Amino acid sequence: MREPKKAPLPTRGRKVSPSKTSPPATKSKQKGKASKTSPPAPEAKQKVNSSETSPPATEPKQAVTAVEMGARQRDISVSEFFTKNRHLLGFDNPRKALLTCVKEAVDNALDACEEAGILPEVVVKVEPVANGEALPPPSQASRFRITVTDNGPGIIRQQIPPIFAKLLYGSKFHRLRMSRGQQGMGISAAGMYGQLTTGKPVQIISRTGAKAPAHYFEVQIDTKKNEPQILEKKQITWESQRGTQVTMEVEGRYQKGRASVDEYIEQTIIANPHVKLTYFTPEGETKEYPRTYHELPPPPREIKPHPYGIELGMLLKMLQDTKSHWLSGFLASDFSRLSSRLAEDICKTAGLSPRARPRDIHGQDAEALYKALQSTKIMAPPTNCLSPIGEKAILTGLYRQIKGDFYTAVSRPPAVYRGNPFVIEAGLAYGRGPEVAAETPEKKPVSLAEGEQQEDDHELARVIRYANRVPLIHQQSACAIYKAVLDTTWRTYGVSQSKSALPSGPMVVFVHMASVWVPFTSESKEAIADYDEIRKEITLALRECGRRLGAFLKRRERAQSEFHRRNIFDLYIEEVVDACNRLKGGKLPTQKLKEQLQKIALKRTGGEKTDEVLGKTDGGPEGLPHSIIVTPEGVEGEVPALSSEPSNQTAPPAGTPEEEQEEEEKVEKHARPKGQAGPEDTGRRKGVRAKRRPRPKPRHKTHAGKPAGASAKRAPRRKR
Amino acid sequence: MARSNGKTSGAVEKKLIGVADTVITAAQQRKDPTLAIPIRSLSNVKFNEHKGIIEMGKGMQARAFFNVGMAKKFMQTVLVADALCELQRADLTTSVREIYYRTKHTIKNSHENTFDSQDESDPVIEDLEVSLAALREELHVRAENGGSVVGPLVLVDDGDRVDCARLGKGGYSVPSIVEPEFLQIKKCTAEFVLLVEKGTQWNRLSEDKFWRRYNCILLTGNGQPPRGVRRLARRLHEEKRLPVYVLVDNDPWGYYIYSVVKQGSINLAFESQRMAIPKAKFLGLSSGDPETYGLPRNVGIKLNDKDIARARELLNYPWFQKKNWQEEIKRMLSSGLKYELDALANKDFQYLTKKYLPRKLKEKDWMD
Repeated sequence: MREPKKAPLPTRGRKVSPSKTSPPATKSKQKGKASKTSPPAPEAKQKVNSSETSPPATEPKQAVTAVEMGARQRDISVSEFFTKNRHLLGFDNPRKALLTCVKEAVDNALDACEEAGILPEVVVKVEPVANGEALPPPSQASRFRITVTDNGPGIIRQQIPPIFAKLLYGSKFHRLRMSRGQQGMGISAAGMYGQLTTGKPVQIISRTGAKAPAHYFEVQIDTKKNEPQILEKKQITWESQRGTQVTMEVEGRYQKGRASVDEYIEQTIIANPHVKLTYFTPEGETKEYPRTYHELPPPPREIKPHPYGIELGMLLKMLQDTKSHWLSGFLASDFSRLSSRLAEDICKTAGLSPRARPRDIHGQDAEALYKALQSTKIMAPPTNCLSPIGEKAILTGLYRQIKGDFYTAVSRPPAVYRGNPFVIEAGLAYGRGPEVAAETPEKKPVSLAEGEQQEDDHELARVIRYANRVPLIHQQSACAIYKAVLDTTWRTYGVSQSKSALPSGPMVVFVHMASVWVPFTSESKEAIADYDEIRKEITLALRECGRRLGAFLKRRERAQSEFHRRNIFDLYIEEVVDACNRLKGGKLPTQKLKEQLQKIALKRTGGEKTDEVLGKTDGGPEGLPHSIIVTPEGVEGEVPALSSEPSNQTAPPAGTPEEEQEEEEKVEKHARPKGQAGPEDTGRRKGVRAKRRPRPKPRHKTHAGKPAGASAKRAPRRKR
Repeated sequence: MARSNGKTSGAVEKKLIGVADTVITAAQQRKDPTLAIPIRSLSNVKFNEHKGIIEMGKGMQARAFFNVGMAKKFMQTVLVADALCELQRADLTTSVREIYYRTKHTIKNSHENTFDSQDESDPVIEDLEVSLAALREELHVRAENGGSVVGPLVLVDDGDRVDCARLGKGGYSVPSIVEPEFLQIKKCTAEFVLLVEKGTQWNRLSEDKFWRRYNCILLTGNGQPPRGVRRLARRLHEEKRLPVYVLVDNDPWGYYIYSVVKQGSINLAFESQRMAIPKAKFLGLSSGDPETYGLPRNVGIKLNDKDIARARELLNYPWFQKKNWQEEIKRMLSSGLKYELDALANKDFQYLTKKYLPRKLKEKDWMD
């Protein structure tokens, strides 16, 4: 890395690239190297490479001289690089570009809010823009204006231009801390894409508090220099007291369905139930997603790199940059999990003095140090830097956004890959929900002809993937999560699955990876790389979900078969009685015979026991942790408490779809006896939640009046 | 159509109503209604060596209503009983397929059909035949007309005189019910009955007027002979004292057809009593014939796995234990080939009529 400095490069002015660690910067250096080794031209001999011998004079004259070639060598700015390679950032086609722009803006908004400890309220507006002629319908439009507004901390005036109009500028790259964004590229790349396709600048309004003024900026990126250009700046009055609004106009295509903006928003809400989001769709609809979990995720902490996670180059850089004077001090203070004793041991292993100056260590010594670091047994990195979503919040998210009969969630304990701690969480929603189930049998009774069969739909499960709470929409099949879902033998859990395919059934599989550094397969952050450690954790989480689903399905099947048993007898009794009546010449007291047979049938099928299995009596849920079971009669399990928001906050969700409100009412019935306190209450009692079981329905009324403590005390008693 | 004599009709009707009574009595006693049905499988048949026929054992299978596995079958049995009773009362005959359609409907408040295919209703009819000890004819169920007869034989069918010697090449189509009430044998001057497996060979013999020259009755069942054909052969054998010769392909299925004619079938063991012809003789094609009659090897067909498995099964049947039969089947297995009757045409189109059968009959080259 340091070699090129000494090498004579007369034709090239060395410029400091905008960011030392950025990949394009490295690339430009490599270009420099390449020019050095290119075959020298005769004329350039004396000037550039005096040590080289000249070729015979008979050689034909070359068209381009080294000087000319040298003159062509230039710095490549990151912006220029990504202008040409915009697919690397997720702008390959208009449809995807629209999604990427929305995604980057929303990710930034959520990161900012969470870092500042503010419960996020985000408004997303996507509207078609006329391109010359009349406004086309949303599905035909090719230009869109995206506006994302948040209630975050705001941005100070000086920082607005570089944040939005300079690639690789940001706060998240250099630290090891869990956040949605990692590189400081997304939002400025989105702005650059807009500028490229529509020529319109990015408009930003930001205000840091009620007392501060709101600033309005219009910025563009100077792609040659990767520097912001301010087209307009002024103070304006803005109705929000605090927050940021970013508006950009981009070329795009709006299409519903898979990998659409709508899907992204919905999936974001599932993994971020603490977010209140309003989405104005291009078609003029307003979708409100109220907050269903009133607690911010615990703020993730920043950690120092773990020795197992660094490479030699990184070590060299750290040696240069450290503030420590001694090698042992450097090791102990700049790495996580390295005590001073262990640091001295490592120095010894590497054959270096603990008192050596870190800056003097390079070449052989650095390599020895690196090897020593890798061979020493060091504790796994701390995991408190992670902020997983949590089982309860996942359940809440799934339950609110997906209709189903069964929900479950699993958080794995933290694990480590390449020195980076990570946590895998999985969730599962199964079934179509009692409403749908109730609708379908209506149209069934069509008598079947010979050879006909009840049609079975072979719907495949849907996998929704997240990395640091951000939904991953594209490149499903390249992702470790998807592969782990395929590899899980779902058949064991009563879900059918053809070979090397997703399990089939009305099922949504949710997998989230939280880490200080999520290994993506590309800059556009679409798929998680397939590390063995990661894959293993995902598999374990999925298996646990599968086991719970299996238990649920088995119970339901048992109930159904009992029900079917009783049912077929009921059906056949009619037939047999009618036939007997005809045999006896129509002189049979049919009602009496029917009743007699029904009595026998009831006795034979286990009578009340069956009722219990069928859930017709007080059954209660099956001891499945972190699960919700929805039946036509009601909801069992850890149903999210959807109490109203605290009074000092903004008004509770208005205008939710009708059925959601219904659901809310249903849930409230369950929620109330658990605790009459506000939303904070659910968080404080997190520890008890595993033991808490919902009480049987009929008792609700009697319990509702009692203090919360009384019911909580009694909760764990019904163990099977 | 069915001119039944009042006696049997009333008795069968009573038996069918008995099914309903079983249900009613059980319901009153708070018991699971159960029908006892004789088992119709190899495990429940006995070969009566003295009589030379297959007889049904005493094994019974309980068909209970309140058993998930049997409930549907039970319901179906009652439905079929009802349909059969309807036939009795209306004095009609019908086919098994019509019974299927008559009893098929979608059960109230469901999408389930009482019967999904005829494969479900046919065994139920047989179950009832067996358990009520009523013949299929008595139940007024007929099979398809599955066979033909030609020869010096005069029958009376529904009052019509049928002279089987004057029906051209086509002969008389044997009805499925040939009980004396329905079909009377008026006159028979033949000396023996020749039962041919395949229609093609029967046509050949009929066209060549083989029956006239050898004074015999030619019968065919187009494959496995249906009840009507078997019963007619039995009546000719019994009433007119005619010997019965069976001419089938040289393969395991041919052997089995012969054995069904001779001893009765496993499935309908309860009917052997009046269908089997223990003295029937196996005329050919035997596995020794290709050599005796100089049939080239290339007109044989390689035995497939199914043939071999079936032949091995036959070797174990008690009624194939005679030494000559064991040798016969083993010879076929060791040659690895089977021969169709049609293969005789390799030598001459009329080889069967002019050479094969005359020689066989002359040499009395048959097996018992």
